[in-house]
Amino acid sequence: MSAKQDRRDKLASRAVQIGFLVALIGLWYFGTAYWGISRILLPNPVNVWHELKDVLSSGEYLPDLKVTLMEVAIAFTISCTTGVTLGYVISRSQFLIKVFEPLLAGFYSVPIILFLPLYVLFFGLGPGSKIALGTTISFFPIVLNTIAGFGYVDKIFITAARSMGASDVQMFRYVLLPAAFPVILTGLRIGFTVTLLSILGSETIASLAGLGHKIVHLAEAMETARMFAYIAFAVVIAASLNSFVSSLERRAKHR
Amino acid sequence: MNRPLNLKREIVRRPALARLVVLAALFLLWEISARWWIDPTFLSPPSKVVAGLGELFYTRGIPRALQITFWELAVAFVISVVVGLVVGLAVGLSRFSNRSLMPIILLLYGTPQITILPLFILYFGIGPPSKIAFGVSHGIFPIIVTIVAGVQNIKPILMTAAHSMGASRWQIFRWVIFPHMIPTFFAGMRLGMTGVLLGVLLAELYVSSAGIGYFTQLFTQAFDPTKLLGLVSVLAAMAIVLNEIVRRAEVHFGRWRTD
Repeated sequence: MSAKQDRRDKLASRAVQIGFLVALIGLWYFGTAYWGISRILLPNPVNVWHELKDVLSSGEYLPDLKVTLMEVAIAFTISCTTGVTLGYVISRSQFLIKVFEPLLAGFYSVPIILFLPLYVLFFGLGPGSKIALGTTISFFPIVLNTIAGFGYVDKIFITAARSMGASDVQMFRYVLLPAAFPVILTGLRIGFTVTLLSILGSETIASLAGLGHKIVHLAEAMETARMFAYIAFAVVIAASLNSFVSSLERRAKHR
Repeated sequence: MNRPLNLKREIVRRPALARLVVLAALFLLWEISARWWIDPTFLSPPSKVVAGLGELFYTRGIPRALQITFWELAVAFVISVVVGLVVGLAVGLSRFSNRSLMPIILLLYGTPQITILPLFILYFGIGPPSKIAFGVSHGIFPIIVTIVAGVQNIKPILMTAAHSMGASRWQIFRWVIFPHMIPTFFAGMRLGMTGVLLGVLLAELYVSSAGIGYFTQLFTQAFDPTKLLGLVSVLAAMAIVLNEIVRRAEVHFGRWRTD
C-alpha cells in the first residue's frame, strides 16, 4: 500500500472518530433540549458544563478528592511493600514458589469485591474498609508479578555471576533486580489501576466521603447535572493517574 | 531402597501436600483467633460458618436471591459474548473500521465504569436489569478486544493462500478465520466472565431489592458474621466454579494449536 493511500486512510478514520464524537454530543444536546428527554434522566450538556465549571472554580471537590487520593495512597503503599517483600521471600526457593504461587493465583481468581461487606463489618463505613479492599485487591497482581520476576531469572545469568564470584549483594543489585524489575513494574502498574478502581467502587457502594460517595450522594438527590459533572471529573482524574503511572512504567523500563 | 518415613522430606517432594498444610494452618489460625481473640459480633470461626450454611439456605429469600444473582450472571454473560463476538468480528475483519473504531472502544474500556454505576440504576431501576446491564458493560470490552486481536493474529499467508486457491469470502471465514478464532474466542470468554462477575457483583452490592446484595447488607447491619461469611463463601464458590468452567473450556479448545 502506498504512503499516500495510507495517509488518506488515516485521515478517513480520524474523520470517523470525530464524526462519532460530534454525533454523540449532538444527539445528547438535541435529545435533551428539543426532544423532551427528562432532565432527571439525562441533563443537558450545556448545564453539565456549567456545573463542571462551578465545581472546579468553587473548589468544592477538594475534600472528597483528598479522601479518595489518601485512601489510594495508603492502600497502594501497603500492598506494594507487603506484595514485593513477600514475593521476594517466596521467590528465593523453588519449593516455596511451587507451594504458594498456585494458592495466590487461585485466590486472585475470586472476585475480591465480595469481601467488601466483611470489611465494612470489620472496619466500618469510613476509609478503613476502602483501604482494606484496595490493599487486598492490589496485593495479588503485585505479589504474583514479583514472584514471576525474581523466581524465573535465567539460570545461566545466576551461574555466570556466581562463577565470577559475585557476592549476595552484587547478585541482587546487578543480576536479580535488573532481570525482575520490568515484570515487577507491570505488577505495580496493574496493582495501582485496580486499587484506584476498587476504592472508587467501594466508595460508591458504602462510604462516608470521597469522590464515589459524592457521585452517589448527587444521584440520590436527583441532581443529575452536577452528578454528570462529578462523573466527568472522576473519570478525568482516574484516567490521568492511570496514564501517569503507565508513562512512569514505560520510562523506567526503557532506561 | 528402604525409605524411612521422613515427613519433612515427603513434604518437600510434594508441594501439593505442603499447599494443603498451608491452607489448613490458615483455617486453624482463623478458627483460633475467631474463638478466643476477636469479638464474635465481627468474626465467626469457620466451623460455625460451615455449620451455619444449612440454616443460611433456609433463610427466607436466600435461595431466591442466589437464583436471581446466578440468572443475572448468565444473562449478562450470554449478552456480552454474543454482542462482543459480533462487534469484535465487525471491527477486526475490516482494516478501516478497526482503525477508526478501535481507539473509541479502547477509550471506553479504559474509563472506570464504576463511576457511572448510579446512572445504570437511574436508567434500569434497582432490579435485575441494571445488574445485567452493568455486568455487560464490564464483560463486553475484554471480549471485543480479544476477538479483534485474534482476528488480526491470523497469519496473512493463510489468507493469501486461501485467496489464491479461489476461496470465497464465506469459505475463508468458515475454514480459515473460524478455526483460528476458537482459542481466542474462549480466551475472550474467560476474560469476559471475570468482567461479568465483577460488574454484576458490584451492582448487586451497590443496591439490590431481592438479590444477594440485599442480604449482605442485611447481615452486615445485623452484625451476623456467621451468615455473612457463609453467603460470601457460597458466592465465592459460585464465582470459582464459573471461572473454572470457562478456563477448562479455553484449555480444551485451545489444545489443537501447538505453535
